[in-house]
Amino acid sequence: MSTATQPTGATDGADLAPVRADSLAAILVSGERPPRPNALQASLTFGWRAVLKIKHVPEQLFDVTAFPIMLVLMYTYLFGGALAGSPREYIQYLLPGILVMSVVMITMYTGVSVNVDIAKGVFDRFRSLPIWRPSTLVGYLLGDALRYTIASVVMLTVGMVMGFRPDGGVQGVVAGVLLLIVFSFAFSWVWTMFGLLLRTEKSVMGVSMMILFPLTFLSDIFVRPETMPGWLQAFVNNNPVTHLASAVRGLMDGSWPAAQIAWSLGWAGLLIVVFGPVTMRLYNRK
Amino acid sequence: MTSSNRTGRWTGPAIETAGLVKTFGDTRAVDGVDLRIEAGTVYGLLGPNGAGKTTTVRMLATLLRPDGGEAHVFGHDVVREADAVRARVSLTGQYASVDEDLTGTENLVLLARLTGHAKKASYDRAAQLLDAFGLTEAAGRQVKNYSGGMRRRIDIAASILNTPDLLFLDEPTTGLDPRSRNQVWEIVRAVVAQGTTVLLTTQYLDEADQLAARIAVVDKGRVIAEGTKGELKASVGAGAVHVRLRDADRRPDAERLLRQALGADVQLEPDPVALTARVGNGSPDGAAAAEKASRALAELARAGITVDDFSLGQPSLDEVFLALTGTSDHPQSPPRGGTLKEEATA
Repeated sequence: MSTATQPTGATDGADLAPVRADSLAAILVSGERPPRPNALQASLTFGWRAVLKIKHVPEQLFDVTAFPIMLVLMYTYLFGGALAGSPREYIQYLLPGILVMSVVMITMYTGVSVNVDIAKGVFDRFRSLPIWRPSTLVGYLLGDALRYTIASVVMLTVGMVMGFRPDGGVQGVVAGVLLLIVFSFAFSWVWTMFGLLLRTEKSVMGVSMMILFPLTFLSDIFVRPETMPGWLQAFVNNNPVTHLASAVRGLMDGSWPAAQIAWSLGWAGLLIVVFGPVTMRLYNRK
Repeated sequence: MTSSNRTGRWTGPAIETAGLVKTFGDTRAVDGVDLRIEAGTVYGLLGPNGAGKTTTVRMLATLLRPDGGEAHVFGHDVVREADAVRARVSLTGQYASVDEDLTGTENLVLLARLTGHAKKASYDRAAQLLDAFGLTEAAGRQVKNYSGGMRRRIDIAASILNTPDLLFLDEPTTGLDPRSRNQVWEIVRAVVAQGTTVLLTTQYLDEADQLAARIAVVDKGRVIAEGTKGELKASVGAGAVHVRLRDADRRPDAERLLRQALGADVQLEPDPVALTARVGNGSPDGAAAAEKASRALAELARAGITVDDFSLGQPSLDEVFLALTGTSDHPQSPPRGGTLKEEATA
């Protein structure tokens, strides 16, 4: 074994220390197998992996920092004067909605990263481990929950600077952000499904945009639905994003919009119940 | 701890398949494969690209669902008892099965955590493995910055982290330089010495020759030959006598004498002074072949034919492969003689 490496040339293996058979043997012999981790432990471990990836490639936080800031600035100053008299007035209404819009849009990157990862060999290793099957995907979503939190904090900070003063105080704001993250976690299962279903990263992006644009724009995020035509109101009032935006806006405003919260959580539950199993089926078949 | 402890009470084969089939569209990637692999050995699946080796391994590792037939790993059905199989196997895929964005340490800690080790134990084990594999210096670097040989090492380190009973190595040395290749072979030997069963796929004949105790030659989704190295080699003849004469004019005489003495067909090589004859065809008895060959040489000497060079060799696995598949387009094995094809059909 120790004769395997004699550093002589510039070959690939030459700069490597030799493999040590004795310590290798010791490791293999001492290898006691601990009980397998439970579903939560496995999921948290995969969440840790997602956090490590953020640590190594911090540029990927661009979409949860610069993109949301751009949206707040753009829509507040573009529509503020026309819709509410002044940007400062408008941001009181807009900010919770634009927060919902940004975070819901960011969820699509879950699908993209699943799609990019699945082609790599490491997925085979994960899939051949005796662990709770969904934990790999739940891990992504936990990592993404962190990203959603970062996006929320960034946007709220920018909003406060621009004059956003929520009546709900810290409690209301935190409750609103929590509801948003719970919903986004559930909504992400749609994208994990597409991430597994579609062949390329680009097609995942394309499909995501097709769904996300109408879903976020045809809501009550920018304006109240009263002035819209009846058929559009029908869609807007039943759009899950409208329920969520209303609930978050209400919570941050200091009220307790029980019906809208219930609707949001109901949609979240429905999304998980429908898309969770479909995703897992695809994952197992991949 | 011995391998019998690890594998519990199971005393049967590590892998047993019957009529395993996997189709992709119209292609039967795996077309009725029967394997029986004893525990504690290295078993080689040898075949060219697209022969169905990887597909077979992926089914055995519970990554692909078979379309037909059955497969058991340590007695567990790969479909119905997939979790029990996963608890005992480990896979090193054709491409690095580690997360390239993470460092060496992080990769191993991640897998240690996923196999249930506590946090501290995970870091300890990662450090031990990195040390044993000579990767301590690279521990804090992202795997994407590793060289090919280092990637293979971290990959195998990840695979043996939980001391699997069965390790799948899918073309472990493809793309490596000769030195790194040798190092991987040394690792495989060390792992097997500790009682782990290894299923190795390779398209390199010398790799199977070096590592595997038994070999299945796979082509177009089927096992076309199976046995020990000796059996496979014997099936195409005990060996070949290569003779080079000093004088090209004496070749017809030499050909006649050799045919008589060896009782075998003699092949005239493109080189005007060279002849090749197969000896002991169909018999694994190498000693008899050597005896016949020495008698033949004596005959040549008696006839006054000067022999410049002489060799008697067991057929290489290259020759075995060619003889079995009847094709000469195998990438790693340039054809050595025109007689092989005829023998395959004989």
